[in-house]
Amino acid sequence: MTTPAPTKPSPAAAGRRSSLEILRDAARNNMRQYGMLIALALIVLLFQVWTGGTLLLPNNVSNLIQQNGYILILAIGMMMVIIAGHIDLSVGSLAAFVGAMTAVMMVRHDMPWVLALVLGLLIGAAAGAWQGFWIAYVGIPSFIVTLAGMLLFRGATQIVLEGQSVSPFPQGYQQLAQGFIPEMGPYTQYHNPTLVLGAVVLVVVLLQQWRDRRRQLAYELEPLPFNLWVLKCAAFAVAIVAVTMTLASYRGVPLVLLILCALLLTLGYIMRNAVFGRHVYALGGNKAAAKLSGVRDRRVTFLVFVNMGVLAALAGCLYAARLNAATPQAGLMFELEAIAAAFIGGASMSGGVGRVLGAVIGGLVLGVLNNGMSLVGIGTDYQQVIKGLVLLAAVGFDVWNKRRAGS
Amino acid sequence: MTRPVLEMRGITKSFAGVRALDGVDLTVRPGEIHAVCGENGAGKSTLMKILSGVHPHGGYEGSILLDGEEVAFRDIRASERRGIVIIHQELALVPHLSIAENIFLGNEHATRGIIDWDRTMREAARLLKRVGLPDRPQTRVADIGVGRQQLVEIAKALSKEVRLLILDEPTAALNDEDSGHLLELILELRRQGISCIVISHKLDEIRRVADTVTILRDGRSVETLPLRTSPDAAPDLPEDRIIRAMVGRALDSRFPERTPYTGPDAGRTALEISGWTVRHPIDHQRKVVDDVSLEVRHGEIVGIAGLMGAGRTELAMSVFGRSYGVHDGGSVRVNGREVRTRTVPEAVAHGIAYVTEDRKTYGLNLIDTVHRNISLTSLRSLARHGVVDEHQERRVAEGYRRSMGIKTPTVHEPVERLSGGNQQKVVLAKWIEADPQVLILDEPTRGVDVGAKFEIYTVVERLAAQGRAVLLISSELPELLGMCDRVYTMAAGRLTGEVRREDATQEVLMRHMTQDRN
Repeated sequence: MTTPAPTKPSPAAAGRRSSLEILRDAARNNMRQYGMLIALALIVLLFQVWTGGTLLLPNNVSNLIQQNGYILILAIGMMMVIIAGHIDLSVGSLAAFVGAMTAVMMVRHDMPWVLALVLGLLIGAAAGAWQGFWIAYVGIPSFIVTLAGMLLFRGATQIVLEGQSVSPFPQGYQQLAQGFIPEMGPYTQYHNPTLVLGAVVLVVVLLQQWRDRRRQLAYELEPLPFNLWVLKCAAFAVAIVAVTMTLASYRGVPLVLLILCALLLTLGYIMRNAVFGRHVYALGGNKAAAKLSGVRDRRVTFLVFVNMGVLAALAGCLYAARLNAATPQAGLMFELEAIAAAFIGGASMSGGVGRVLGAVIGGLVLGVLNNGMSLVGIGTDYQQVIKGLVLLAAVGFDVWNKRRAGS
Repeated sequence: MTRPVLEMRGITKSFAGVRALDGVDLTVRPGEIHAVCGENGAGKSTLMKILSGVHPHGGYEGSILLDGEEVAFRDIRASERRGIVIIHQELALVPHLSIAENIFLGNEHATRGIIDWDRTMREAARLLKRVGLPDRPQTRVADIGVGRQQLVEIAKALSKEVRLLILDEPTAALNDEDSGHLLELILELRRQGISCIVISHKLDEIRRVADTVTILRDGRSVETLPLRTSPDAAPDLPEDRIIRAMVGRALDSRFPERTPYTGPDAGRTALEISGWTVRHPIDHQRKVVDDVSLEVRHGEIVGIAGLMGAGRTELAMSVFGRSYGVHDGGSVRVNGREVRTRTVPEAVAHGIAYVTEDRKTYGLNLIDTVHRNISLTSLRSLARHGVVDEHQERRVAEGYRRSMGIKTPTVHEPVERLSGGNQQKVVLAKWIEADPQVLILDEPTRGVDVGAKFEIYTVVERLAAQGRAVLLISSELPELLGMCDRVYTMAAGRLTGEVRREDATQEVLMRHMTQDRN
């Protein structure tokens, strides 16, 4: 690639910044992300003390993950939809519909659960494609299309289930939501495969950090100062070891956590590093400019909704598997929980900003609040009030912070 | 000597430790049109925001004296109560409300909250007459052109008993006719005793209306120069003198030296458009572009001149992936081969790039960073198996930052924090990185200061010297004359002339541009 010759001497390279300045800049630029991480830590701490240590007991941590897995999965998809500049109100109904369809296939037609699950995900993709078609190719606002979908899929759920619950499910299907990775090897105090998995994750993460740093140096980009980098790696290591030990001292890694991590890594990577992800951000940030830059706006929007459909289907299956029943009322209000999680996690109404990880953090804030408040015996009435205020406070803080930075 | 209407003394203002204004002085005498000039980022807008109370008292050092009395504005309302009204570059009108509603927005004629429509319409009609706008007060603002909207803004200012009117780039979005009308209006207002501060990049306009000019450079007031001895006298301050003060050096030439392209493709036609016709997207009867044929050779810079509404942008955008209107015949050839350019990706794949005239709406994702904006058109070549090589991406952006002199602390800065000229360089970089054969540049220096203009011209010249074909759409005739090998002229959707560089003068071009349809 050729670039025009210099027309002006470039300003002298900015002097090396001190570690403190870098930290301060990073904190300022990622206020929402760091703010929510700190808020999550504070909420965890609060309930850990309040419940006398129950919150972080190994069995409760497992429970917390399994209880919130489906909301987190929806939140990941919702974050992508919101970044693209849209909204999806239908995910709760769609989750219920797919849960119902798989239930009917397994229970009434004796279909193997794996096949039912795959068909369920395909139904989700088809439903997402249906909505994506109206939004991307016909040009109906997503709010309207998915509001219609919310009614449509809820009604379809009731039709399919004939107004009744359908159960029970095969063992394997239930395990998806309730199970753990199986124990292997000699008896130790801990769950062996979990320890191995934790060690592998630790090594991979540290290797990745080291490779990143080497590449930054090779490309003459300004990397973190060495001491800060070591600190960062140490923080990662401590976090991984803590989670591993907690899970390993109960029944190991819940399967839901594996699914969630796989989604978070894949979709997070796609949004950050793949051409497709960049196009999603560009579309949400300035649709006209993205179109004129050669972004296939319709196709990208369409695929974002197909993805959301598949994730909603997955969430619906996990929810049904956890309850061991498909019910007409499944997934009520899920869409609002997922949207709230995305906004707490840094999404913006106008699109173009946010990170998949943020949606998970936002979802965890809500999840820990739910779990913690239940443990200390706060009624669901007050829980709703408090969650509403948290959402308002999180977004309000962001707005205030932006205004302060702007003036 | 009469007492000044306004005196700003030693105004100093910092943002997050960066000094935007440093001891600026500005004195406006009664009934004077006072121009404020300076490169983008020199501090003009900040100064006006302090004067109008957008940046409230207490956030800056120095003092503001109105009629010799010190004032401290807490907000815009406070400054408006004292008769200071600012009209921003981006108009602040509500498109779906009527002209009358807009004029009195926030200042309604009402008793106990109920609007007196008779009085509103009567007053609005009176104000419209005063600014010379023939529309009815009930007309929706969305239904009138930008030029007329600007007049509505002035009517709105007049409704507030304005004594000192501040106009920020008032003609930036206007065509010559509307600009002329607006300038006449400013002169008329002066005769009525209203003082005026005009911020403008257009030096010819400044010379036409202003009495005095104050030049800002890097946040300091460098000089205040009288432009004429009396309001009716001709200006006696040469343009070059103002430019010298703005950039702090003499500009020997406003355009770079052209280096002819001598590569293997020299003389070959890069882009050939023939019989291109486009109809209006809604009104299909109307031909916006009518049977246009033109060609651009490798290494050539070819201009398209035309007044607003001549169909230049519409031609470019419809060639570039049918992004405007309904196509009605005509073909595009690149390097002699007929190509399909029905979508933007197709056009880009055939080596065509279009740099839009409206960078904020169509050119940039303002909330995203410099490097991600630059890479958007070339993500596929920066990616392997659909995954973007972020390090390479940053290096590419870093390269443009250095070679084009994009002024930004890092390439990770959001583009919205850059000045206009630097934003324009980002848009250019983005399309150069797509490695096109043909670049269509639509008003590449609109709203860009003199210094940055020269840098952009240099980039364009280099592109031609590398053998790329450049089609340059511009409303500034000196720019076309200074840069182009040939200039096509358009009027009412048709090509009306083709002028070679040797034969081109502003007069010749203008004659072709204003040629009647038949």
